[in-house]
Amino acid sequence: MTTTSVTQTGRASDGAAGRVPAAPARRRPPGAASTWTAVGFAAPLLAYLAVFYAYPLWRNIDLSVHDYTVRAFVLGNPDFVGIEKYLEVFSSNAFPTALANTALFTIVSIAFQYAIGLGLAVFFHANFRLSNLLRALFLVPWLLPLIVSASTWAWMLNSDHGIVNSVVQAFGGEQINWLTSPDTALTSVIIANIWLGIPFNLVILHAGLQQIPAEVYEAASLDGASAWQQFWRITFPLLRPVSGITLLLGFIYTLKVVDVIWIMTTGGPGNASLTLAVWSYREAFGTGQPDFSPAAAIGNLLIVIALVFGFVHVRMQRSWEKS
Amino acid sequence: MTARPSTRPWWKTVLGVVFTALMLFPVYWMVNVSLTDASDLRRSSPNWFPTSPTFDGYAAALSQQLPSLGTSLVVGLGSVVLTVVIAAPAGYALAILNLRGGRTLNFLLLVAQMIPAVVMAMGFYAIYVRLGLLNSVWGLIVADSTISVPFGVLLYSTFMAGIPRELVHAARIDGAGPWGTFTKVVLPVSRNSTLTVALFAFLWAWSDFIFASTLSRSGQFVPITLGIYQYIGNNTTQWNAIMATAVIASLPAAILLVVAQRYVAAGVTAGAVKD
Repeated sequence: MTTTSVTQTGRASDGAAGRVPAAPARRRPPGAASTWTAVGFAAPLLAYLAVFYAYPLWRNIDLSVHDYTVRAFVLGNPDFVGIEKYLEVFSSNAFPTALANTALFTIVSIAFQYAIGLGLAVFFHANFRLSNLLRALFLVPWLLPLIVSASTWAWMLNSDHGIVNSVVQAFGGEQINWLTSPDTALTSVIIANIWLGIPFNLVILHAGLQQIPAEVYEAASLDGASAWQQFWRITFPLLRPVSGITLLLGFIYTLKVVDVIWIMTTGGPGNASLTLAVWSYREAFGTGQPDFSPAAAIGNLLIVIALVFGFVHVRMQRSWEKS
Repeated sequence: MTARPSTRPWWKTVLGVVFTALMLFPVYWMVNVSLTDASDLRRSSPNWFPTSPTFDGYAAALSQQLPSLGTSLVVGLGSVVLTVVIAAPAGYALAILNLRGGRTLNFLLLVAQMIPAVVMAMGFYAIYVRLGLLNSVWGLIVADSTISVPFGVLLYSTFMAGIPRELVHAARIDGAGPWGTFTKVVLPVSRNSTLTVALFAFLWAWSDFIFASTLSRSGQFVPITLGIYQYIGNNTTQWNAIMATAVIASLPAAILLVVAQRYVAAGVTAGAVKD
């Protein structure tokens, strides 16, 4: 028993990290007597999902179709307004800005995270001395609490005392008001967010690289393919499924980012670094005057966007399983 | 694992060290600032090295933030327990007992992971306001566990699906019921999954800012993430104390990375690479 569990557990973490294709799922014959037993074991989860997921989500929809003033919020007697709050959000001045910022923030963040993550994954794929240790150190930014990384970046980008401006000025540049100028605020939070996302991309793409059989590369180098050709003709195409999942998960994670932006710029100055998620947070919790109804409407809009891409995700996984 | 050190170029190691140093520069900078004297922080060119380190920042941080650290510890551990208690049996039901509608449940769990935290925070706020659960440790534990429960179930069920059926059948033949099979065979074999789930549940609860800043904004139970945030708002001149608190708040992550690095890597990939 003991030996079984040791080999089994050892294999488990390898399986999760290196993704050895698992044995095809074995289905028990239908009509097994354990149906209710299974429901019993899943019952805590089902109850949990109903109470702590479905109910808060329903409350959120409820918030968005009523006019919840602070008074009505406490008393629980808001007026029903239908889609009025949604129309209010769509026609707001902040909406085009927030939508454009969200698109820029997600697309630019993901593009750089992926490109840098892939470059590093290929680099670390060739085992060299200390490669495992250095790759582990790359995980640090991902594990730190976001408040820690965001406030560190905020201090590094501080206009007067930040290290970044100190370097810029040492090379003869002008002082840049990274976080307080409308021209650079969005760029600043994107830079910090790229830094945060590199570890995730590196780890997943590195795991994906290990699935590519070494013989493919050996055959290619026998045929005289250069490293550059090997990357574009073998690595990149064979990594496509993993890349797709990485980019998609990156998109879904980045779409809902609030903390980094809120801590560094609170979406400002003005609306310069306002994204949809930050806007929602600001309306509900960021000002002295909580305005839950529009905040919930923006939140529900975010869910719809995430769901669309979620369906794409499931589709991609299905086709990946088949291939 | 064919080690051929003689053919491994040393320049790659040098390059790797340079990349890692660049990547970790902000972390270094946090430590450096935390050791700098408050009066030196306002100079126009910052010190690159803590040549005359002072622990004033840490003294200030510890004297003011110790209760917050305690709160975060309790919330983190509570979230771990809640996550494992819910996720492990659910994984068993999905992977080994072939729960009917399992595919639908898997899909719901994937969707659950896509819901923005700010939306959940609003829903919880609306509920907690009526129940009087704002600023309570229990309320925060429950809210924080929603980050890790879907992940936990997916991780457990992926792993448990790979447990050889012979092992489960052998337990049945020995007379173990579903509960006995679960506690005596499946759970011990899934020890590594439990470690990974627990590790992430703790880290996510410890690091959470959105739930903390919405559900636990005032009162005596302020977690460390919010402690730092309020610190920034209150005294922007004492950045050495803020960075010292940040260093202390990073310790769990650092310890876990050293102690349990392979579980971390397993967890990161499990989110993306599952079936």
